[in-house]
Amino acid sequence: MAGKKRATRSARPAGVPAASSAVAINDYPAGSLLSVNHLTLDDVSSILAAATELEAARPRERAKLLDGRKAALLFYESSTRTRTSFELAAKSLGVVTTLVSDKSSSIEKGESLKDTGITLRALGAECIILRHLSSGAPYLLARATGLPVLNAGDGMHEHPSQALLDLRTILARLRLAPAARRGAISRTTLRGVTVVITGDILHSRVARSNSLLLPRLGARVVFCGPPELLPEHAVTIGRGVSIERDFDKALAKADVVMMLRIQKERLAGLQLDLAEYTDRYQLHNERLALYAPKACVLHPGPINRGLEITSEVADGPQSMIAEQVRHGVAIRMSLLVRALQTGGRG
Amino acid sequence: MSVKAILIRGGRVVDSSTGVNAERDVLLKDGLVAAIEEPGRIPRGQAATVIDASELIVAPGFVDIHVHLREPGQGYKETIATGTAAAAAGGFTSVCCMPNTTPVNGEPEITRWMLEPARRAVVNVFPVAAATVGSLGEELTEYDKMQVAGAVGVSDDGKPILEDEIMRRALVAATRLGLPVIQHAEDTRLTGGCSVNAGPVAFRLGLRGYLVEAEAAIVERDLRLVREIMAADKGMRPHLHVAHLSTARALEAVKQAKSEGLWVTCEVAPHHFTLTDEAVGDYDTHAKMYPPLRSEEDRNAMIQGLLDGTIDAIATDHAPHAAHENEVEFERAANGITGLETSLGLSLKLLHGKHGMKLERVVHLLSTGPARAIGLKGLGGLVVGAAADVVLFDAGREWTFRTAESWSKSRNSPFDGWDLPGRVEVTIRGGAMVYRR
Repeated sequence: MAGKKRATRSARPAGVPAASSAVAINDYPAGSLLSVNHLTLDDVSSILAAATELEAARPRERAKLLDGRKAALLFYESSTRTRTSFELAAKSLGVVTTLVSDKSSSIEKGESLKDTGITLRALGAECIILRHLSSGAPYLLARATGLPVLNAGDGMHEHPSQALLDLRTILARLRLAPAARRGAISRTTLRGVTVVITGDILHSRVARSNSLLLPRLGARVVFCGPPELLPEHAVTIGRGVSIERDFDKALAKADVVMMLRIQKERLAGLQLDLAEYTDRYQLHNERLALYAPKACVLHPGPINRGLEITSEVADGPQSMIAEQVRHGVAIRMSLLVRALQTGGRG
Repeated sequence: MSVKAILIRGGRVVDSSTGVNAERDVLLKDGLVAAIEEPGRIPRGQAATVIDASELIVAPGFVDIHVHLREPGQGYKETIATGTAAAAAGGFTSVCCMPNTTPVNGEPEITRWMLEPARRAVVNVFPVAAATVGSLGEELTEYDKMQVAGAVGVSDDGKPILEDEIMRRALVAATRLGLPVIQHAEDTRLTGGCSVNAGPVAFRLGLRGYLVEAEAAIVERDLRLVREIMAADKGMRPHLHVAHLSTARALEAVKQAKSEGLWVTCEVAPHHFTLTDEAVGDYDTHAKMYPPLRSEEDRNAMIQGLLDGTIDAIATDHAPHAAHENEVEFERAANGITGLETSLGLSLKLLHGKHGMKLERVVHLLSTGPARAIGLKGLGGLVVGAAADVVLFDAGREWTFRTAESWSKSRNSPFDGWDLPGRVEVTIRGGAMVYRR
């Protein structure tokens, strides 16, 4: 058995455990946004400020900013809002986009995510916007390609651009921060603001990204839902997060109430009595008027009208749902500029 | 056997089977242990080869009762030759290999094929037979024929024997032959789509969580079956062995059963007493195993169980996988890690170094303990007349494990770059040196 060749040594310094060193260290390609945890508050400020500047810019000027740069939209899950929003944001900056979906590509033939990413890079993609049904897929893609990856929703994990657009919506509605100023966001920006997130927390990447981001700005996040959809250990996601299972009590504290969709596709055999669910957790006019007449209502969409929220509330004066979508384009323009100006080329 | 005699001089013999923990010289001759004497008593002229073992521990060759050697059919992950080379490098002289090969080891010809000299095994290989045909959990394999071919136990490892009636039959059939039933305790009805332990980490990562109850439920069910079989037939004493135990709750069930006098044994893998689910970090697929890495509470329970003797053996669940099987989405990545070369180091680091376990006890859990747990007679002890299976290691010497330098064909380990105590210097199997650093 002698004479076996010794291969080159690993780059990791001796004694550094491989697994634990990965926690909370963002060594992913510059300009990536995989998790809101990778953003400092200064990053958040800059992203919001750039969003405002870009939104105010003249369309013709804006279209020159990233003229001819290439971004791929890689979507393994259906999407209306996020995909269109990223696409419109990219086009308004002059970015050339290509859409690759699992339905009409070699993904159907079994090509791996790694190989799909390498192929897109070889075709000139400088940034990949990924929507994927597996939690953590953007990490794999970023590692495999070295390109900036924008996480447009990965499984039940995160949806960082959604959290940023929700933040922008909340700030605008509450007239809290001069969002155009860099460095404007601090640990106290949302002090005293309570955000109630109600519904299928367990399966929600929107809930995770928001509950990781908003408390860092001083907000209190209250999760509300039945145990099947909201396990007790959900509060361990971070400081500033608590559980209130009684929706009326939660609403009474709310400055912002974020309703989540029941994700039938992720329930995986979980039996849920929808009539009882609706009874306890639906946001309807009487409930809203009684407990939270001033709160603003958010929903990441798509909405199941008549299930978690009634049409009257979704279309009512407290609803910011359409505003969220509008803020989404600005945020995504900002993220694309960040990805392609700091990362990408070279 | 035409191996030359070897004299190991000046080392400290540590062997729990005899209780020896003292300076001894050891003479190996004709594949057997020929003499164990006070230092200097055995003349040098007795052996062609003399090994200076001063500062070294001389222990019975280690026994790993849970490895995956991947042959037949999955030679791209590991072969019997490469897997046993990794074993030798880790100080092991005997391994029990699980039947989830391709095809599944449920027929005598497959077992015999695994044992052919052409496989170039450098340590003893003891195949475990599939408990059911194709490990599909429906129909028992022919245990008698499998035993004759060389199988030392039955298991559907990788999957549980789920149905009560099939498990009952497996226990009865195995008991008649004196074989253990090795159970992969996982209630798969509760773990569909799960890739990490249920808890805060699973929630944060948005991954479906594997409940501790899924393991405990099967262990508790199996113990109930054992009790029922014994009650129905006083002559029956089934031997249940719980593979890769990982939860405090299942450990408690085993402890209770042992106190009742049931013949139940269990093993724990080094990763389960070293790491918790926090090691998954940002979806590190090298920290993905089945059962998954558990909570700190469960990890501590494993250490307690090793310290108090409830756990019979350390077993690696050495599970090599090719790189492409881990460069995929976490939920789709292969389960398991290689373990043969890090088992001694992690055991010394955690159990001896951090928790004060005596060195002889660590050696016991790697040699005598596992040999007894599975019933490998004549192995796991350093006694005159027994097979000359010996490991020499430097307990105090730190070394760095690097997957790039591993003897295994695969590189899937979360311990790449770890500094570990206890460097294996020499491994001797059947009187022949099979590894020398």
